[in-house]
Amino acid sequence: MSSEAKTHPYHMVEPSIWPFTGAAAGMITAIGGIMFMHGASLWATVPGFAMILLTFYFWGRDIIAESNTTEAGTSVYHSPQVRNGLRMGMLLFIASEVMFFFAFFWAWFSNLIPAISKTAHEIWPPEGIVPLATWDLPFLNTLILLSSGATLTWAHHALNAGNRQSLKTGLLLTIFLGLLFTALQAYEYVHATFTIEDGIYGSAFYLATGFHGFHVIVGTIFLGVCYKRALSGDFTPDAHVGFQSAAWYWHFVDAVWVFLFISVYWYGSSGYEFPA
Amino acid sequence: MSQDHTPTGARRWLMSTNHKDIGTLYLILATFAAVVGGAMSWYIRLELMEPGIQYIDDFQLYNVLVTAHGFIMVFFVVMPAMIGGFGNWFIPMMIGAPDMAFPRLNNVSFWLLAAALVLLVVAALVDGGPGTGWTVYPPLSSAEFHPGMAVDFGILALHLAGASSVLGAANFITTIFNMRAPGMTLHRMPLFVWAILVTAFLLLLAIPVLAGALTMLLTDRNFGTSFFIVEGGGDPLLWQHLFWFFGHPEVYIIIIPAFGIISEIVSTFSRKPIFGYLGMAYAMASIGVVGFFVWAHHMYMTGLNVDTRAYFTAATLVIAVPTGIKIFSWLATMWGGSISFETPMLYAFGFIWLFVMGGVTGVTLANAGMDLAFHDTYFVVAHFHYVMAIAAILAMFAGFFYWIGKMSGYRYPEGLAKLQFWVFFVGVNVLFFPQHFLGMAGMPRRIPDYPDAYAGWNYVSSIGALITIAGTILFFYIVWRTFRDRVPCPANPWGVGATTLEWTVESPAPFHTFEDMPDINAKASVE
Repeated sequence: MSSEAKTHPYHMVEPSIWPFTGAAAGMITAIGGIMFMHGASLWATVPGFAMILLTFYFWGRDIIAESNTTEAGTSVYHSPQVRNGLRMGMLLFIASEVMFFFAFFWAWFSNLIPAISKTAHEIWPPEGIVPLATWDLPFLNTLILLSSGATLTWAHHALNAGNRQSLKTGLLLTIFLGLLFTALQAYEYVHATFTIEDGIYGSAFYLATGFHGFHVIVGTIFLGVCYKRALSGDFTPDAHVGFQSAAWYWHFVDAVWVFLFISVYWYGSSGYEFPA
Repeated sequence: MSQDHTPTGARRWLMSTNHKDIGTLYLILATFAAVVGGAMSWYIRLELMEPGIQYIDDFQLYNVLVTAHGFIMVFFVVMPAMIGGFGNWFIPMMIGAPDMAFPRLNNVSFWLLAAALVLLVVAALVDGGPGTGWTVYPPLSSAEFHPGMAVDFGILALHLAGASSVLGAANFITTIFNMRAPGMTLHRMPLFVWAILVTAFLLLLAIPVLAGALTMLLTDRNFGTSFFIVEGGGDPLLWQHLFWFFGHPEVYIIIIPAFGIISEIVSTFSRKPIFGYLGMAYAMASIGVVGFFVWAHHMYMTGLNVDTRAYFTAATLVIAVPTGIKIFSWLATMWGGSISFETPMLYAFGFIWLFVMGGVTGVTLANAGMDLAFHDTYFVVAHFHYVMAIAAILAMFAGFFYWIGKMSGYRYPEGLAKLQFWVFFVGVNVLFFPQHFLGMAGMPRRIPDYPDAYAGWNYVSSIGALITIAGTILFFYIVWRTFRDRVPCPANPWGVGATTLEWTVESPAPFHTFEDMPDINAKASVE
């Protein structure tokens, strides 16, 4: 590669099969999902999901290998200009994710606030719904997720300062808090007195918090990959796009939770008189 | 490594990481989809040629044709051709970059779209197909009225197409922000690059809202939620809000790339820099921004209160200002120019005519009071086909004739192409102009039959469809002739007016361009 007369700082990527398998996986998952929705067993969705996971694994492995191809201490493919592009791409992806959650918050508020919607409910939560106690598990989960943001920032500072041990500890703590959050969310779902089929409240509650929970799981896996890379010596104070992307994603998931806590768990329950 | 050779076979076309090859794949997919979607509209016009039922006695089939025609033309013809095709081919070249920022992501965008097209075709073929219209309003699209798999296939087709668009958008924005050659400042970028930049932001921010709404529809249909189901405390209007919050930016996603193509062509064939370059760039940007705040003008009939309708009327009329800037700047670019009338320029004239016509009826429809009368009539059909659909198609033809020499290395037969323009242009106007009259007389859209009173103009409209088909067939003949005759195209076939960077490389453009970054500071004439 070094013998090549390349005068620009960009990464000319070799042909790759993973985009094609990824798209095919998307189609197979869609077909399996529709079969499942119309009576087939849940197994119908497995081939597609397996293909998606494998595609992510192999594609990600290629990117990490490219990032780790170094010469005289600098990445051959991931020049500063390329890293700049990768960071931009991650930020844009997060921006699109924000708009995805925007739709679910819209659904929530248009049912909750009569001032913005004629068809909003006069009583919210609707009669018969017993919401989750705001300052109970939801508040604990808020503290857990905010703490995980702090531990991750600690890991980031440690990385920048060249303190590898604190980087690993910080990452591990963050992953632990993420798993704890997911476990408590699952506990909350199991013990909630309403289900996704209990009218608009259940619908909006479970889709908004459920998609957030899904993002927490994805973010945890992303951080897990970073932990494994940290163990094998990846990331330098100057170049750690993978870590930075995972961190940005995690903070985004954190921020969505804060909005969920305020609007769903707190404001959305404020119309309900909890027994003392 | 990759710079030294061109991959072949599956490695080149299945596993591509080359912006030109992926652009070509997009153009092929768009052409294929255009034939399918066009055939559907032709069948619709055949049915509507005379009063009474001619061919389509299954009205669900008629609805499915209308629905699939809309989806295919929007998501699988115009967007892939303009953004995926021309955008991929020419954005890197115009900014002096060697490729797109994320070549693998570029490829997955294409293949996701191909997968989405398969799902959409399957949707039309199973369980009676989705007869919902492209707006998929519940309760018509609910499990109660479309219990089969058709609508679910449609929803997941749109999910995949949406993922394709969002990834493509992030790719274009990063490419434009991160990979411009030295000296290619934002304020020196060609207007086509500006157009794709604005479009990419619209895609990035609007498509995920559709994805959210589609997900709610999917869970309403299959998992017992009640977002749009009144019995569960939900609200069908929520769908309309979410859909149009995406849907209105979507129509700008279709037309803004056309602005970019037309700006390049008008400047090239007037042999003058574009008039009011910065105004043109920021007009597109402001159309994009304001486009997010006008969505409920599609919903005047839903019982919005008077204040809301007044706001959406006013906000919508504001859009006429930046679009007016564009029209007048194109005309001012021509003014005093040394104009030549090659086919791309003819198509640019055609575009401006259609866009102005559609703009005038758009100002009419923007008024809530007028819209109450025109809503769901053929006046609306005529309006959006003029302003967005056919205007975009003409811009695609313009772009094709403008760039085919650069893409293939062969010149197209100029005389035949001019004839093709006139046939197609006359055809679409005969097709759609009478629909204004039909709409003003109250003919409703999406109905396969009509009273005898509407017979005359419907007949004329269908004759227009036949002329349009003749123009389309002529186009394919020209494509065939271009590749058969193999008349070599020089690096710059258009002369001094063509100042953008793609004309500085040979035709056809080599597999990799700008391995050495061009220095724009040395080339003062970019603006």
